Amino acid sequence: MKKVTQISVFSSLFILMLLAATSSSAQNIKPDTDNAGLTLPKGFAALKVADNVGRTRHIAVNKQGAIYAKLERLDNGKGIVVLKDTDGDGRTETKTTFANYIGTGIAIKGNYLYASSNKEVFKYALNENGDIVDENAAATLVTGLVDKGQHNSKSITLDNAGNIYVNVGAPSNSCQEKDRTKGSMGMMPCPILDSAGGIWQFKTDQLNQTYATGVRYATGLRNVVGLDWNNELNQLFVTQHGRDMLNNLFPDLYDTTVSAELPSETMYAINKGDNAGWPYIYYDHVKGKKMMAPEYGGDGKKTVDDKYINPAMAFPAHMAPNGLLFYTGNQFPARYKNGAFIAFHGSWNRSPLPQEGYYVVFVPYENGKPTGKWEVFADGFSGKTVVKNPRDAQHRPCGLAEGPDGSLYISDDVKGTIYRIMYQK
Amino acid sequence: MQRIFLVFVVMMISFTTVTAQSNNKLAAASAARGKMVYLQRCMVCHQADGGGVPKLNAPLDASSTVNGSDIAKLVKYIVKGLNDRIEIDGEFYANAMPAADDLKDQQIADVLTFIRSNWSNKAGPVSLTQVKQIRSKLK
Repeated sequence: MKKVTQISVFSSLFILMLLAATSSSAQNIKPDTDNAGLTLPKGFAALKVADNVGRTRHIAVNKQGAIYAKLERLDNGKGIVVLKDTDGDGRTETKTTFANYIGTGIAIKGNYLYASSNKEVFKYALNENGDIVDENAAATLVTGLVDKGQHNSKSITLDNAGNIYVNVGAPSNSCQEKDRTKGSMGMMPCPILDSAGGIWQFKTDQLNQTYATGVRYATGLRNVVGLDWNNELNQLFVTQHGRDMLNNLFPDLYDTTVSAELPSETMYAINKGDNAGWPYIYYDHVKGKKMMAPEYGGDGKKTVDDKYINPAMAFPAHMAPNGLLFYTGNQFPARYKNGAFIAFHGSWNRSPLPQEGYYVVFVPYENGKPTGKWEVFADGFSGKTVVKNPRDAQHRPCGLAEGPDGSLYISDDVKGTIYRIMYQK
Repeated sequence: MQRIFLVFVVMMISFTTVTAQSNNKLAAASAARGKMVYLQRCMVCHQADGGGVPKLNAPLDASSTVNGSDIAKLVKYIVKGLNDRIEIDGEFYANAMPAADDLKDQQIADVLTFIRSNWSNKAGPVSLTQVKQIRSKLK
């Protein structure tokens, strides 16, 4: 009897140790004393999980807590980084790399990892440990997407019915005959929309799909970098980078202040077939109206009421919403559940005004709808009180992921810092 | 004879100094005009500090191209814009540069003189004559 007790005590201890080493739940992890340089709401704490990983764009975390990060620049010829915390202190000790392409998109769904280059989408099988079965056995799901440099990120997300959604950004600011050229008018209809400026839907179980076999799920979206499938509503949500340079292109219609504050950055709830109106319109969150773009006869006053969808949320201009995540975990207080986190990469075309963004915001949801108010959730990435010039920002938030314990992970694509945010009260 | 030579040398030195000073003044005036062109036409992308935007718009500050001796290339970028994806000091930049072919020759000389001598840049001025010559050869 005594022996049995001893064994069970030992085995319980062993199991406890094992749990501590593998689950690395938020309660046992010590945050950085300076919260990784971030300012957070009360009760939240942060740590740098890893640093100097490379130009980490979007990230995914598997059930075991390993982090997969997509790189925008190859690291010794490889474009995906795998980071693992082997001792349970919340910081990753091992870094391995694979895949020979740069890109932005990465996601895990079921037992597969999906990743994108700037032209293709690939799929890798994961084993029961959440590791890649064969990193050389990438299945090419999608090929031949437009990549002309500008807005070439192919962000991805997946639904629960075997589909993957891929953003194809428009290689243009506002579909002018001459891109970003003062006074040049918009092409009518905009020919770019055939193969870009929208979200395409593909199957997760078919190889070598193209524009011809995919579905143009939504159009009129200039450049979506953040997108996520909302499982509560079973609906696609996207964040669009609004157009640039109203003042520089049409100085007689827009002054520098208006041009710094407009048009809105927007989040849309997307249904199949939706048209968000780029390049013909832009959104003005001050007026709460869709405005006719100056390239198509707009003057800063003409509104457009029909045809195009309204945003679910609108934000000040140029802040560059690069990451979108609906929070489904139980670690954070209840008000965060099913709300949206958005990583704003930070602006560049608000000068002569100071730049804005460079933080992660939270958009509260109630009954499946945003309350209309948003709040800065994590700030301080740039290391500056005010960012006057974009190159001064030390870190810029880009990708978001939720860990198995409900921690929020944030990637930075300047220095390759991976942050983890936990609730500890 | 020695004295005459000395006088000649002194005259040469003072002449060179005077010319250099007036050249400096001309360059400073050109750069001051160029700054106004820069603020209106270039700053939105290349930024107030000339640092550009990482991965989107190329920096002008400390750029080997901007500080280089190939003035023709710089004039061409302004007049024709830049749509090709080229590597600049080890980086690629995603946004196209629009052509600013409405700028006058003098404005181009001025803005290049400003850009080449501002921030950490210390390259020489660009003259109206140079811009005229280069531009006449551009199609």
